[in-house]
Amino acid sequence: MMPILRLAPKSLASRRVTVSFSIFAIAVSVMLLLGVERIRTEARASFSNTISGTDLVVGARSGSVPLLLYSVFRIGNATNNISWNSYRTLAANPRIAWTIPFSLGDSHRGFRVLGTNADYFEHFRYARSRSLKMAAGRPFDDVFDAVLGAEVAAALGYAVGDRVVIDHGVGSIGFASHKDKPFRVSGILAHTGTPVDRTVHVSLEGIEAIHIDWRGGAPDAGARIDAERVRQMNLQPRAITAFLVGLKSRFATFSVQRKINQFRAEPLLAILPGVALHELWSLMGTAENALAFISYFVVAAGIIGMATMLMSSLNERRREMAILRSVGARPVHIFSLFILEAIFVSGLGALAGLTLFYVGLVAAQPALEAQYGLFVAIGWPTSTEGIYLIAVVLAGGLAGIIPAVGALRRSLADGMVVRN
Amino acid sequence: MVQSVDLTDVKFQWRADQPVILDIPTFSVAAGERIFVSGASGSGKTTLLNLLGGVALPQTGSVAVGDRRLDQLSSSARDIFRADHIGFIFQSFNLVPYLSLVENALLPCWFSDIRAGRALERSGGVEEDARRLLARMGLDMDELSGRPVMDLSIGQQQRVAAARALVGNPGLVIADEPTSSLDEDARTMFLDLLFGEIEADAQTLIFVSHDRRLEPLFDRHVALSDVNRGSRDMIAS
Repeated sequence: MMPILRLAPKSLASRRVTVSFSIFAIAVSVMLLLGVERIRTEARASFSNTISGTDLVVGARSGSVPLLLYSVFRIGNATNNISWNSYRTLAANPRIAWTIPFSLGDSHRGFRVLGTNADYFEHFRYARSRSLKMAAGRPFDDVFDAVLGAEVAAALGYAVGDRVVIDHGVGSIGFASHKDKPFRVSGILAHTGTPVDRTVHVSLEGIEAIHIDWRGGAPDAGARIDAERVRQMNLQPRAITAFLVGLKSRFATFSVQRKINQFRAEPLLAILPGVALHELWSLMGTAENALAFISYFVVAAGIIGMATMLMSSLNERRREMAILRSVGARPVHIFSLFILEAIFVSGLGALAGLTLFYVGLVAAQPALEAQYGLFVAIGWPTSTEGIYLIAVVLAGGLAGIIPAVGALRRSLADGMVVRN
Repeated sequence: MVQSVDLTDVKFQWRADQPVILDIPTFSVAAGERIFVSGASGSGKTTLLNLLGGVALPQTGSVAVGDRRLDQLSSSARDIFRADHIGFIFQSFNLVPYLSLVENALLPCWFSDIRAGRALERSGGVEEDARRLLARMGLDMDELSGRPVMDLSIGQQQRVAAARALVGNPGLVIADEPTSSLDEDARTMFLDLLFGEIEADAQTLIFVSHDRRLEPLFDRHVALSDVNRGSRDMIAS
């Protein structure tokens, strides 16, 4: 095969314009393939990193996916609340190590406000076992203290000590606001790459305080209570939206889950976050798979383009094949020449695609992180990506069979002399 | 090694239901002989060349080059035999457009270890043998070697093809109308150079042409119409 290894690159180089277009088409398709694959992997990883260390998520009875969405992802709204008494009763279960209460429903300039307590900063875990860290300031201490997620602080330009007014409801700009009781930023959390970054955290008492003079979703004009007086009042919440549970032993998971689901005082739902995450991801899997399929087909189109380029060169290359036959090339040489050209073109396309992919990654990385909270690390190609690259080259070689067979047939018919 | 050629009772037809194109009771060329084969288009010339090169196989009869019966070899063995022992020159467009002048001339040595070995023996290397022959063919390598081969004149291209046919000393050179695209001066020059090299290496030369003016230059003349009893009308050129 030595003569063919010498001939193929020279032959391609002599048709460098059309060959470059084929290589470029494959490169673009490979870039798309790798890009989709990388984003898929990173999105899946960042998704499953959203919450960890929590054994159960408890909320009013609905479905596991909606519960996960509003409690962990801060998307959508709870259908119902959990009364404070029920929460206290359940949390007293001796098999429970800790709980984190969540009170949701308000927002600040499009970012969700989460009412919780100090246990949140102590027990909440994400990305396997990482705990929340303060980038500046301290966790909330006063009723009107707020702790901002990294993205909230960055997007709105807040620093510790700034005043924050909470809007009622979760519209992008609330029509009513709690401007009579502004909060003070006591701390800003370090970046996590989870929905925590887009959350404003306040104490449960803070949530209670801003709603104490509201009736039916609007300020009660006749019963205004100002911020100073509210501090003196009993601010124990009457209800919460959900709570996270950490157990002393994981083996108790199912029995505690059953106990909560069978709780008589009100209908509640306890879910295993890992299972619900998986369920949610499989819902999104369709879109994810569709994207992957599209990228496969784009690669196929690139390879078909290359095979077409080689096919269309067959006629003008008949004389070349006849000359090669006359100097001793066997039919297998003619066949291999085309296969090798196909492999070279797809191989160069794969390499160029890999280069474009990294260039694109470097260029898009800040935007992906800023806009979608997706941190895509720039590292060596993964084994899956390596397999994709090899598959592209192999597919190119396979597609090369079509022009190779065409060349072989013409060459066998022509022999050493091309008849016109 | 210089090769002889012997065809005995050769019959060839493309398909069983088509006329017999070649029917040659006997056709022989002695080793070292320079023979002129004349044949108008339609006399079965191309088919004869394909048989001699082992690209086509007769339905009956024997085709021997030297001591090898081509008709008894497998198709890949015939391909290897051709690479090792026969040099071809065609009418025109003899060169691979994407190879350099020298690469075109040494091309048979890429496909034949025997010819590469002889080139090494004779000139100290494959490229050296190609360059030596190109120079002997009157091509100014200092001026031409960097140029794309398609920029050469037809006469120059034919001389590169001659160098290629001779590289690594194959033993048998078959030329098919090598001068019919050339003008008078180029033809004379080409033939002088070709004959010089053929003589220097004592190679067998089968020269096929319809140009009877060239006949006196050869040891012997054979009219294809005299040796071939095959059908005239249906023969491809």
